[in-house]
Amino acid sequence: MSVDPALRDQILAAIPSLRAFAISLSGNVDRADDLVQETILRALANIQSFQPGTNLPAWLFTILRNLFRSEYRKRRREVEDADGSLAETLKSHPDQIGRVEFQEFRAALAQLPAEQREALILVGASGFSYEEAADICECAVGTIKSRVNRARSRLAKLLEVDNIDEFGPDHATRAVLMRHEN
Amino acid sequence: MRTPKPGKSPSMQPDAMSQKNASGLNREIQNKIGQQLRAIYDDVVQEGVPDRFADLLKQLDKAPAEGKSE
Repeated sequence: MSVDPALRDQILAAIPSLRAFAISLSGNVDRADDLVQETILRALANIQSFQPGTNLPAWLFTILRNLFRSEYRKRRREVEDADGSLAETLKSHPDQIGRVEFQEFRAALAQLPAEQREALILVGASGFSYEEAADICECAVGTIKSRVNRARSRLAKLLEVDNIDEFGPDHATRAVLMRHEN
Repeated sequence: MRTPKPGKSPSMQPDAMSQKNASGLNREIQNKIGQQLRAIYDDVVQEGVPDRFADLLKQLDKAPAEGKSE
């Protein structure tokens, strides 16, 4: 199969963001890269069902999400511990954001229900509109909005508690305790 | 047609102070959430396209036609 060069370039351009999304779903870089690879193959095999001029990244994200969900159903028990693996496998970040703070954020993110987390990531990090995110998740726009809102307020609650701790005497102790994750 | 009662005008702010406080804190946390979310995401995005994917697309390009492409 020969790939239209313009289309190939667009797929290439979408890969970094697809990987970031896949990692946030699976909590595991290797599995995420397999998902991305399968997404590309699936997309090219079904390229005739893509309407040129429509949103290619959103189409690719939809394929990836569906692949993840069918794989997830198969491997539920293995993936279920995403709590630990998400915190563990995402790389540590340069220090413009404090290290402890960052780990706390990841831990909080990992506590969200999967549907809220993916909605929040699509809208808050991937830069999709609510409408695009609704297409990707195959649900109503209102559903996406409420998932994002619930995700934000849950995170806010978790982080607010952490913020109060930050000024308390316990913070240093807690910071040390957090280190075991690495 | 009714004329709106003066007391119900939208400029009325009953407890603006306490609300501002609550939502101000909230907004700060929401900004932080947005910032950290993008930081996690951009960390990966900045890695660009790993070779395996560039190679994959190159190979697919060279592979003999398998059915019609459109």
